[in-house]
Amino acid sequence: MKGPRSPGKLRRHEWLTLLHRAATSRRGIVGLSLAGSVVLVAAVGAIWTPDSPTAFLYEPLQQPSVQALLGGDYLGRDVLSRVLAGGWVLLVMAVAATVIGVGLGAFQGIEAAYLGGRTDTMIMRGMDVFLAFPAIVLALLIVGTVGPKLWLIVLAVGLGHVPQVARVMRAAALDVAERDYVKAVELQGVKPMRIITGEILPNLVSPLMVELGSRLTYSIVIIAGLSFLGFGQQPPAPSWGNMISENRIGLQTNPWAVIVPAALIALLAIGTNLFADAVARAAIGADRQVEQAFIRTEAAKASG
Amino acid sequence: MSLVAGRTGQGIITLLLVSLVVFAATQLLPGNAARAILGFSATPQRIHALELELGLYRGWWAQYWGWLSGLPVGRLGTSLANSEPVWRLAAPRLLNSAVLVAVSGFGGCVLGIVLGAVAALRHGSLLDNSMTVGALAVLAVPEFVVAIAVVILFSTVVFHLFPGVSLLTPGENILEAPRLLVLPALSLVIVTIPYVYRMARAATLEALESPYVEMARLKGVPRWRVLVQHALPNALPPTIQVVGLTFLRLAGGIVLVEEVFDFPGIGQGLVNAVTDRDIPVIQFIVIALAAFYVVVNITTDVLALLCSPRRRIPA
Repeated sequence: MKGPRSPGKLRRHEWLTLLHRAATSRRGIVGLSLAGSVVLVAAVGAIWTPDSPTAFLYEPLQQPSVQALLGGDYLGRDVLSRVLAGGWVLLVMAVAATVIGVGLGAFQGIEAAYLGGRTDTMIMRGMDVFLAFPAIVLALLIVGTVGPKLWLIVLAVGLGHVPQVARVMRAAALDVAERDYVKAVELQGVKPMRIITGEILPNLVSPLMVELGSRLTYSIVIIAGLSFLGFGQQPPAPSWGNMISENRIGLQTNPWAVIVPAALIALLAIGTNLFADAVARAAIGADRQVEQAFIRTEAAKASG
Repeated sequence: MSLVAGRTGQGIITLLLVSLVVFAATQLLPGNAARAILGFSATPQRIHALELELGLYRGWWAQYWGWLSGLPVGRLGTSLANSEPVWRLAAPRLLNSAVLVAVSGFGGCVLGIVLGAVAALRHGSLLDNSMTVGALAVLAVPEFVVAIAVVILFSTVVFHLFPGVSLLTPGENILEAPRLLVLPALSLVIVTIPYVYRMARAATLEALESPYVEMARLKGVPRWRVLVQHALPNALPPTIQVVGLTFLRLAGGIVLVEEVFDFPGIGQGLVNAVTDRDIPVIQFIVIALAAFYVVVNITTDVLALLCSPRRRIPA
């Protein structure tokens, strides 16, 4: 035997294969086009808006017209411009919170699975404590004591993901940590940290991608919710969440100031969720092919 | 019995740790809590007075113990925002939220289970497929967006059927004004159904495909009896878990939905307290929600075990 084969090289492009497979499934196409069009709206708005999103241009709650396609908001600002400008911060924050949450959670979960014993118990019991309240309550607790800073919201939402991600990744890593090539590297005296990043992590690409997808949906939902509650970008800066809460009083006169941002948040969340589901389905398929050979040899060993 | 005791003990330890986390979070306040509350324009005398009132001169351990020992007896301190006892502020809100969660949890679970079972029985049909895709879509929509849609549909733009704002006169609780409960509960039911539906559908499918159901069918047992006598008891434990998880989800869902409707519950109370940085109120509501979580978790675990046909047989 020439020593363990490197699973890293074998699976270098697994995540690309997975994305491709998800993006070509029917569910994935629908999800991607929904989320993609919302992202496009937000991206355009980050660079260009027809009017200033904070200038008072019309009568308060003015009805839509040719000049103002979506009318005016409760202070007479251009709803279209505010809609365009109010999305990109949510997207950036959601992606950042997801990366932080999944990164930390995966690390904790894999560490717990690999090191086992007391470390495992301590990490997972600690996680249980944070599973004892809803994610939004954890975020509110942190934001309520320190103040509504954007980086803090990202951090709070990210931390809210950690326990759930850790549970999933621990379960996935438990199986990998027992495989022969991990044992072999261990015997060569490689440090635990290098085994985790070099040998175990490359085998967890599929569950990691699945977690990223579903956590991104949650991040969008929670960050938009916090911004609706007033814990996000502060006025006069536009965000889809605070537009909904500001213009609720004017629902009778100009409902578009509420309907459009609400619809954009909903479409974005539905789109990412459909795509995340497509990734999860693709991962089960992809896993099967890769794992089948492994399972067959294991089964042969067990019965023989 | 030992199971109940064991889970209860675990739950108490979790709650103690949660209380430490909640307490530690309030210690994260940059600088002095009194200054953070009063703002930078406060005079030194006022800050000193508040420091005395909050007991900030004591060590953190004494502060923690003072707070913790007050929890079980309802000695929760006074609200910083309007200097009323926290318990007097929170008690009516707890009742209102409990009613809202109970009503919408019950409605959502019953509808979700029925729809899920129907979809599983018609597995692969157009009805099944369209309900499943619909559930996947609604599942992702944030609670407050659903609530806003409900307001637009039933209260303002399209129809004017029910009040979109649940304003109660002081001293009145939600049971005395059930009309105000309709739209908040409807929003939460809509949010809950897809979740329960997915789980109930999966559990029923699994039960229907199991060998014992196949066996019963092959024996010629009528379809309804297969369902009621064989499939249902085995689908019960996972269903109980789902009902438990649903109530946990609702505990988070009320925060945003109550805010949309100005519903006077603990969700709205928490949001107000966070806006005012009213620490004693935040602490109490978070602990109350955590206690609810722990109790629901223990109850579902124990119930699911008691209902599991395999475990019921004495070893």
